[in-house]
Amino acid sequence: MEMRQDRTFKIMLWLGGISFFLLLLLIFILLFKESLYSINAFGIKFITGKVWDPVNEKFGLFPFFVGTILTSFISLFISLPFSLSLALLLSVYYKEGFINKVLSTTTELLAGIPSVIYGFWGLFFLVPLIRKVEIKLRIPPYGVGILTASLILAIMIIPYISSISKEVIKMVPQDLIEAGLSLGSTTWEVVKKVILPYCRSGIFAGILLGFGRAFGETMAVTMVIGNSNFVPENIFSPANTMASVIANEFTEATKDIHLSALIQIGLWLFVLSVIVNLIGSFIVKRYKIR
Amino acid sequence: MNLKRRILKDKLLKILVIFFSLSTLLPLFFVLFTVVKNGIAAIDLKFFTSLPVPAGEQGGGILNSIVGTFLLLIIAFLIASPFGILVGIFLTEVQNKFTDLLKILVNVLQGVPSIVMGIIGYLLVVKPMGGFSALSGGVALAFMMLPVVIKNTEETLRLVPSYLKEASFSLGTNYTRTILRVVLPAGMGGVFSGILIGILRIAGETAPLLFTAFGNPFLNINPLKPVDALPLLIFNYAMSPYEDWYKIAWGASFVLIMIVLILTIITKFIVRRWKTQF
Repeated sequence: MEMRQDRTFKIMLWLGGISFFLLLLLIFILLFKESLYSINAFGIKFITGKVWDPVNEKFGLFPFFVGTILTSFISLFISLPFSLSLALLLSVYYKEGFINKVLSTTTELLAGIPSVIYGFWGLFFLVPLIRKVEIKLRIPPYGVGILTASLILAIMIIPYISSISKEVIKMVPQDLIEAGLSLGSTTWEVVKKVILPYCRSGIFAGILLGFGRAFGETMAVTMVIGNSNFVPENIFSPANTMASVIANEFTEATKDIHLSALIQIGLWLFVLSVIVNLIGSFIVKRYKIR
Repeated sequence: MNLKRRILKDKLLKILVIFFSLSTLLPLFFVLFTVVKNGIAAIDLKFFTSLPVPAGEQGGGILNSIVGTFLLLIIAFLIASPFGILVGIFLTEVQNKFTDLLKILVNVLQGVPSIVMGIIGYLLVVKPMGGFSALSGGVALAFMMLPVVIKNTEETLRLVPSYLKEASFSLGTNYTRTILRVVLPAGMGGVFSGILIGILRIAGETAPLLFTAFGNPFLNINPLKPVDALPLLIFNYAMSPYEDWYKIAWGASFVLIMIVLILTIITKFIVRRWKTQF
């Protein structure tokens, strides 16, 4: 009786694990199967094609790829000084105390604000601001566009990059830091010559995971990027990202080929996120072992 | 390099670090200020108890989306927590190449963009069942909650001292009861906070609901029919051309932020209590 109970329990545990594995496999297979229609119809042209015109059934994701890459990289670039400063401040300069508490709560709250509220705020606060700048620069005052979306994204990824970098910096052995200080280095010299070299790949992983977060982010971007299906000309142009075009068109897609094309974009987002997260978590894991 | 210049450089960079760090307070302040200022102006008792009205009419509330949000969270909770805890126990109890792979997959699932989860919910539930429903939205959200529950369960149970397990075995308790009656209760605080963190992660999600829960201007508690949700309502109203609707969207944003904030505080409280136990 007792033995049989144990056996059933162990089988249940294994079933749980196996079904989790199968679930992920199922996600991939489903996405792939539903994309097949558009993969067969367009082949490689789906990725290189510059025209996205659902009415005439022309589908190329290149404009959205450019939109995704531009918004992700610009937002990373903007957020880096802030994220890395936060990581250093919380793990080196102020390891505890009032300032630490205020700023670590700030990052937690920034991470907790729902994406749709960032988007709503961006629509009413950032868009008019950017519009004013555009009028001064004498370019079409859309307000919405790549830059607006990147600014919002930059705010949203600060908590991610800073918290991962903070964890990595905290893993630097204390005796290395103290050895540096005892040799007469200033704190900055310890940061530059001991901490950063030790953490280089870990911080890179943090940035990579922040990138993964940025290119998958949907709602805030959808609300402020301007939803244009053309390849953006400059950073003020309205555009679309891979995620935002799915959000915009999925419920309106009446033709099978349109739906399949959108799902294929989803498949590429999935594949990209898997690669980024595999590399990122592999690097972070290596730190923990060391 | 002479000493004075080195010290100056050190101070300068410290000031720079402090400046950049403190300036992250600004966006937080602006977002919260805008939401609270516009949100409180939109809220009265009727806001919580009435349904939306057509554009152009005065008044209207968010009762349907509050109810919908809770329905979606309950469905996601019912799917993700038992399954997540089971997988979490599996990952702590069994160690081989397969579980190593699973641990990586948990991280991978956590990084999948939320809009892709929406597509999954659509393909898995909406398409076979022939219509949008609260259930499909709950499934999509459960996928996002699952990795959080698994990770927290696994990490907490790993912390439970092995002598508890050994003591239980030595009393003649079998494996099943040892896990369910000794190890799991000992780690309950961590498991529970994992569930709360998971709910926190999905409470404000919009993208997975766009083509699953879909939205519904009427009150609905039937899981097989479409429901509205707070984030979904904020999105639809914010993108509308009506001034009145913006007001309601601000009110809903305020309510959503309050829900998230309260959940965060409860979670932190539980995490702190849990930490003192071992």
